Amino acid sequence: MIIDAISLLMLGAGGFFVFMGGVGALRLPDLYTRMHAASLTDSLGTILTLGGIMLQSGWSLATVKLATILFFLLMTAPTSAYALANAALMSQGDDAPPAPEG
Amino acid sequence: MDMLFGFVLLTLLVVTAVAVVVTPNLFAAVMLMSIFSLLMAATFFLLDAADVALTEAAIGAGMSTVLFLSALGLIGAGERKRPVRQWLPLSVVGITTFTLLYATIDQPLLGDPAAPVHQHVAPWYLEQTPLLIDMANVVTAVLAAFRGYDTFGEVLVILTAGLGVLMVLAGGARDRPEPERRIGATGLRHHLIPRVVGQLLIPFIVLFGLYLQFHGDFSPGGGFQAGAIIAVGIVLHSLLEGESAGRAIVPPRVLVGLMIGGALLFGLVGVAGMVLGGNFFDYSVLGADPVGSQQLGIHLVEVGVGITVSGTLVAAFHAFADREPA
Amino acid sequence: MEVLGHYNYWVFAFLLTIGLYAVIAKPNLVKKLLGLSIFQAAVFLLYISMAKVEGGTAPIIQGGAGEQVYSNPLPHVLILTAIVVGISTVALGLAIVVRIREEYGTIEEDEIQAQDRDR
Repeated sequence: MIIDAISLLMLGAGGFFVFMGGVGALRLPDLYTRMHAASLTDSLGTILTLGGIMLQSGWSLATVKLATILFFLLMTAPTSAYALANAALMSQGDDAPPAPEG
Repeated sequence: MDMLFGFVLLTLLVVTAVAVVVTPNLFAAVMLMSIFSLLMAATFFLLDAADVALTEAAIGAGMSTVLFLSALGLIGAGERKRPVRQWLPLSVVGITTFTLLYATIDQPLLGDPAAPVHQHVAPWYLEQTPLLIDMANVVTAVLAAFRGYDTFGEVLVILTAGLGVLMVLAGGARDRPEPERRIGATGLRHHLIPRVVGQLLIPFIVLFGLYLQFHGDFSPGGGFQAGAIIAVGIVLHSLLEGESAGRAIVPPRVLVGLMIGGALLFGLVGVAGMVLGGNFFDYSVLGADPVGSQQLGIHLVEVGVGITVSGTLVAAFHAFADREPA
Repeated sequence: MEVLGHYNYWVFAFLLTIGLYAVIAKPNLVKKLLGLSIFQAAVFLLYISMAKVEGGTAPIIQGGAGEQVYSNPLPHVLILTAIVVGISTVALGLAIVVRIREEYGTIEEDEIQAQDRDR
């Protein structure tokens, strides 16, 4: 019962963060700020959603598989965000955002 | 709840497809196509098609996007805006839409067990597979044993497409700068993070591909999915280390050999059936016990399929990646 | 419930015509190939929707489950090979588009035809 409640909370929070990531990707002005928003989906959204599902499936093979998927997602999503940001920086080197003053 | 999920996925499919057609920037259109493939894979999974979902995710969302992007690197990303709306094509597709929608009126509802498609051959396959082949994954059994002839034809089509790509993009007759100064020469070698993470991932990707290849009798898997995933592993290595390193690891001749060897293996298993006294593609004469030799035949044939698919996909990628933009 | 029972086929109809529109109306060759991919995916959706049986599961026979209803495996087999053949076709199409771009300098169909007329 309590596990169901916690997992419901986690799934709800995960969905909320994924939604916020989407809103941010649409509404923020620049590529780099949008990537900040999208990375919300990758990190918190993934952990909470998969954690909620793992709680639902208890101690079983499915939980191990979900943990493996979570590990791979946490490794690859930031890497692709890094590669994307690097490519963007190299391709628009002239109109990169100005360095902060002082 | 399942139905609601399916409903949302299908609506998103239509929205994404419209977006693909309307977007003027080709890079954005290719990314949207990748999203479309992923949504399609999720829909397939909801419709109980586990094998097909795996294949669509690996090939549609993975390899197809890579091929499109590497071709776009040679073509350029813009589509010219057309100011005028075209009335003739719109009316043609409108008439087609109404005709198809009218045709769906008589379709049996989704999931109806009394639909004609479930009546004749399918129950026979589901009953006879445990008896004749004793394999858990009925899709693999039907693909490789009952309908092996069709699969052989498909493998030959894949081989033909691969050879066609190699012949069209032969790349021999153009002036090429030295290897170090070519565009894809160094890959991402100067970027530490993708390189480290990629090098950690590639062994697991190839391992997963081999798992799918050999576990295809008990779970969703088989030659097509395994070939696609192993190809993805090799392509990832080429992207990270650069084209020269990629071509050193798997040289072009080896790729052509893989493409042809897989189809040859498939055909030889069929001919072996004839030589040992049965019919073409009759696996039951390959060994002592008919059921065991059916499984042996299926394994050999799936290995052939996996080899051809991985060779073709990697060869197509290298043909695009190695070419200088015009 | 009857709406949801046919929704898959309606989506198939829309996707097919969207892909068809891209192939016949868009002059850009890469857009035509993308439309072809959408068209193929719509056909896959039709077949797999027809294969679904209510209350069924993926056609992998777990030992001893006598009462389990399985979805029809035959369309799955057909579509599995069709997906890989689809990407092979697209790869070959992209190779030809790359060569066209190198020879004509453009991938818009009307400009290519204009150059052909002027040769």
